[in-house]
Amino acid sequence: MPFQRFMEVGRIVLINYGPEAGKLATVIDVVDQNKCLIDGPQTGRQVISFTRIALTDLTVKIQRNARPKTLAKAWEEAGTLAAWEKSSWAKKLIAKKKRASLNDFDRFKVMVARKQKREIIEKKMKELA
Amino acid sequence: MTAATKTPRYYPAEDAKPAKKVHLVKQNPPRIRKSITPGTVVIILAGRFRGKRVVCLKLLESGLLLVSGPYKINGVPLRRVNPAYVIATSTKIDVSQVDVSSITDEFFSRDKDEKKEGEQEFFAGDAPKPAVVSEQRKAEQKKVDDVLLKIVGSTEMLEGYLAARFTLSSNDKPHNMKF
Repeated sequence: MPFQRFMEVGRIVLINYGPEAGKLATVIDVVDQNKCLIDGPQTGRQVISFTRIALTDLTVKIQRNARPKTLAKAWEEAGTLAAWEKSSWAKKLIAKKKRASLNDFDRFKVMVARKQKREIIEKKMKELA
Repeated sequence: MTAATKTPRYYPAEDAKPAKKVHLVKQNPPRIRKSITPGTVVIILAGRFRGKRVVCLKLLESGLLLVSGPYKINGVPLRRVNPAYVIATSTKIDVSQVDVSSITDEFFSRDKDEKKEGEQEFFAGDAPKPAVVSEQRKAEQKKVDDVLLKIVGSTEMLEGYLAARFTLSSNDKPHNMKF
């Protein structure tokens, strides 16, 4: 299967590591084999290593080295943030964070809820069997 | 040697030492970590009730925590517990209405007049003696729990939570878990 997500000008990336971890940015230029220049409404303009970012499915139509205002407008037009929030990748990240922040009582409530869900499903399965 | 102060006929063999200065040790009130306050739900980690989630009622003078199940929910009576063997959760309930002012360390002291040297008991061996709970303890338990149960009942699922034991299973990483 060929590659679907390319490192290109306009590619939206998720920063995985560093002080800006968790933010989205756009690639506006490629420096060399290992680094690119990113910018975006959420982060400042900076050179970042490929190992610190992950390519997403989203792109925006911009020219190389687009200025921040142009970039912000392009994000608006493409509806980047909304499209990102809809993706299951973003939803999974939020769920992971929520799970990590649960306290002991919350974990108990989750256990009870999963049990109830299981009982409903098993009951239905028995009927269908 | 004057006539007024003759050497006495008797004097002690050793020189009388001046009275030692009594160094009064000042006992500070016991300190406890910030996460444990009256009303915190607490997980007991060791002892007979390990794994039980109980309500912390107050800090006693000896530094131990006064804790109650409530008894009807998980079988833990009014009991003292060492705060070192306890995980404080962030779940807190309001126990300002619960009156535990009369319960101190003396409440838990053992009776001193237990004569166990009877011959019959000696030959009977180590058969487990039935635990006798004093009427005083039962009365205090009822007094405290009547109020506690109402407070616990007002929060959803809290009763079930206190009835369940805390356990670890695969994939649980206690150093990452928030309590």
